[in-house]
Amino acid sequence: MSDRKTQPPRTTFRTRGLTKVYGEGAAAVHALRGVDLEVPEGEIVVLLGPSGSGKSTLLNILGGLDRASDGEAFFQDQNLSEMSDRALTMYRRDHVGFVFQFYNLMPSLTAFENVELVTEIAENPMEADRALQLVGLGERVNHFPAQMSGGEQQRVAIARAVAKNPTVLFCDEPTGALDSATGRAVLHVINDINRELGATVMIVTHAAATAQMAHRVIHFADGAIRSVTENDTRVSPDEIAW
Amino acid sequence: MRALDRKLLRDMWRIKGQAGAIAVVVAVGVLLQVMMSGMISSLEETRATYYERYRLADVFAPVTRAPQKMLTRLAEIPGVAAVEGRVQGGALVDIVGQDLPVRAQVLSLPEWRNPWLNDVYLSEGQRPRIGRTDEVLLLRSFARAHDLALGDVLSATLYGSKRTFRIVGIAQSPEFLFTTAPGELVPDDARFAVLWLNAEALEAAFDLKGAFNEALLSLERGADVAPVLTAVDSLLDRYGGLGAYALEDQVSNRFLSEEIKGLKATSKAVPPIFMGVAAFLLYIVVSRMVSAEREQIGLIKAFGYTDTEVSLHYFKLVVSIALAGAALGCLGGVWAGRALAGLYQALYHLPFLVFRVDPSSFASGVLISVLAAVVGGVSVLRQVFALTPAVAMRPPAPADYSKSGALTAALKTWLDQPSRMVLRRVLRNPGRIFGAVIGIAAGMGLSSAQMSVMSGFNDVLDTTYGVIDRSDVAVTFFEQMPDKTAFDLAHLPGVIEVEPIRAVGAVLRNGTESYRGSVTGLVENARLNRAVDADHADIAMPDNGIVLAKSLADTLGIGAGDTVSVDVLEGRRPVLELRVARIAETLMGAPAFMHIEALNRALGEPGRISGAYMRVDAGAYPALFSALKDVPSVAGVTRKNDARAAMKKLMDEGAGTMRYVMALIAGVITFGIVYNSARISFGEQSRDLASLRVMGFTQGEAAFILLGELAIVVLLALPIGVLLGYGLSYLVAAGFSTDLYQIPTGFRPEAFGVAGTAVVMAALISGWLVKREIERVDLVATLKTRE
Repeated sequence: MSDRKTQPPRTTFRTRGLTKVYGEGAAAVHALRGVDLEVPEGEIVVLLGPSGSGKSTLLNILGGLDRASDGEAFFQDQNLSEMSDRALTMYRRDHVGFVFQFYNLMPSLTAFENVELVTEIAENPMEADRALQLVGLGERVNHFPAQMSGGEQQRVAIARAVAKNPTVLFCDEPTGALDSATGRAVLHVINDINRELGATVMIVTHAAATAQMAHRVIHFADGAIRSVTENDTRVSPDEIAW
Repeated sequence: MRALDRKLLRDMWRIKGQAGAIAVVVAVGVLLQVMMSGMISSLEETRATYYERYRLADVFAPVTRAPQKMLTRLAEIPGVAAVEGRVQGGALVDIVGQDLPVRAQVLSLPEWRNPWLNDVYLSEGQRPRIGRTDEVLLLRSFARAHDLALGDVLSATLYGSKRTFRIVGIAQSPEFLFTTAPGELVPDDARFAVLWLNAEALEAAFDLKGAFNEALLSLERGADVAPVLTAVDSLLDRYGGLGAYALEDQVSNRFLSEEIKGLKATSKAVPPIFMGVAAFLLYIVVSRMVSAEREQIGLIKAFGYTDTEVSLHYFKLVVSIALAGAALGCLGGVWAGRALAGLYQALYHLPFLVFRVDPSSFASGVLISVLAAVVGGVSVLRQVFALTPAVAMRPPAPADYSKSGALTAALKTWLDQPSRMVLRRVLRNPGRIFGAVIGIAAGMGLSSAQMSVMSGFNDVLDTTYGVIDRSDVAVTFFEQMPDKTAFDLAHLPGVIEVEPIRAVGAVLRNGTESYRGSVTGLVENARLNRAVDADHADIAMPDNGIVLAKSLADTLGIGAGDTVSVDVLEGRRPVLELRVARIAETLMGAPAFMHIEALNRALGEPGRISGAYMRVDAGAYPALFSALKDVPSVAGVTRKNDARAAMKKLMDEGAGTMRYVMALIAGVITFGIVYNSARISFGEQSRDLASLRVMGFTQGEAAFILLGELAIVVLLALPIGVLLGYGLSYLVAAGFSTDLYQIPTGFRPEAFGVAGTAVVMAALISGWLVKREIERVDLVATLKTRE
């Protein structure tokens, strides 16, 4: 594992007092209670915490899918809180890759076409073939989602997310629906992409073991950050005890 | 309540919008069915009751002059229940402030008793008192049209002598639900009056003391009318019998029958289309629900519920929606039927209304809706049975596109991914796309057919009053006049051109087929009232032979070159055997034409005319009409524009109203299907749309994928809608065509243009509504939940 601390780190995300409240009055749910955070460029960051602790909410706000109720969130120099809907869409189109627990592939498009769906609109995409090679899915590119296993579908979803050469890759429970061997393979792919493309990766997960592959681990509880730890030695996904 | 039933109620509440929309479609279908059949059976019931209560005759036998004693002979005919003799004749009524005299029929009322047959319903006032010769009953529709009231004085010309009468009663009669002046085609309340006088007064006026000129007969229940007609004709022949005819050929009754026939045609064609659409929608919604609830179904099955119980659960949902719709439709149908029957009661001058719900319409409405639901539900059963608990509880496999994928692979070089998604979805669900296409096409076809028929009506008016009849004013005489009368007319103020005609009542026969109408003799090179062929070119009158209107030729089952037998009902009443020389194109009436000289020759009455068509200087109407009032031989004057207006009114009212209603309703279903299709495809693809949005597709780009499918559906539906509409327009035109008018069919671009535009508008509005929902989609929630 390379050591990034030798280079001065640039910041991908910076938040100040980030707050998210769902609902009003007595029914109000405080998903985030003033989160201050800095995510350096090129790191793998794993967010851990129990359900409802706010980690997914943070991911959604940073990914431009949701808006904060209060506070500020910066992507590089741009304030996400001040962007129009259209600007957020363009932000997602050009910079953000998403991977969800449920793969959300277009059932009517083949693996290759699902990736092309992104490369057709992105600013600076890679070849769809290359993205599929990155996830080790060179041969089954002309299959439809219905003809693939869960692990294969998730790899297509990752290929689709990375094909645009994203600045950041968000993974929300990427291995949640997979068995351990497949899960490990998927994490491997994510690790490779971080290393080869230099994309900042943020992973939300329940699986605490995943933290071992991260540069930085953020623990969430009750809508706030409890602790941030930096891994001095990272473990390869292959060695993670599941 | 069982837990599963509670789930049912909550599910219904959850999909209340969609369930409501489907229930409304079912309801509209049932409502139309119940309303139309209720209205039709009410009208028929009311007519039957009215006819029976006021003893309308089954047979009418006009005669020149028959002695009273003949009534006894008529009563002896087997099958005859009652006989009444009366005096009837033509008159001209002067209405203050009207420049045209109005034609009238005057009828005798027995002085000492109520009539045995053809009694009147006295809505105001009283009958003429015994011995009074100056008191009249006036037909209510005419009194209404001219604001005449009890006590008003009417001036009328009877048999050449002018007299004044006081209105003592306003009456309605089953014999005059529609009033049409003799020789005219179109009923018009304002332009034809009916007056009843004491018999003695009328006998004196028409010089028929101790005689009658019309016999009315009622038949015993179940008696056959044909032999009675023959017997009556042979009894009255020597007294100048003009041919007895049955109630079904009586003018007013025939109009009402044709109107009811038109309503029936509509009631048969439209509701099934609604039910088909409802079944289709139910099928889509419920099968979508089942796939969305596969996990729950798996769970319920895992608990130990049987396939049958689970199926029954979803079945109940479908049937509840259908039954709710049917119940709503039945209630609404009764309400609407009552309201409409009331309208029709006024329109057809019925004095009362017997409202009768047709119970079979309830049964068939409910049955059809449940059947529609069952058709939708069967697919649900199949899906439920196919799911095993273990499979159901695993996350759903993505829909399999591998089959349709191969088809579009060929298009790879031309299409981007979003277009490919649209195309593959269409190819994957051809059945559903087909259903939506057919539904929209049916709605469009229905509305364009109704509109085609409406513009067909305008053709009837334009052809009849623009091409065939190019006169301004038509005059008829009381009896045939020497042809020099035409020259006298030419000297009246404002008259530019006069063209005489000779029209005689006649029964035309071909074997067992017969038609009671008239034969019109036209002058050579007629210009003002012509016979024309299909290309609107003049048909020259042959020296011998007869020209028949197409409708008449069809009725008689006869063509050019065949021979037709004509029983002339006037003069020495010859029976002519004539060769059909040509077939004329007419859209109104069923006329027959001959050369005027040939007709007069056949009648042995050379140089006689019975009326004339005139072209008149527009500024001279008042002077001309006041001059015509002083010509004693003139029985009636018709301004062409009045006739045209009356025809237009007739077409727009009555059964015509239903055409507008149907066109409107067709528009509503079209919109319903378009919108529902868009909604359903949105429901199915919301997850894909959210994914696209997350990937950075704009709302517009995401909407393209959703609305692309709708666009394809609409584009496919448009040409099919045109074809369906074209076919349906023939059926609707046939349903509404009567022997009064024939609606021409043909391709009418304007009707399809309007209907097509309406479909496109519906698609645009639906697209806009659904696009707004795309904007509201909660991206995160959609993507993080399992389907």
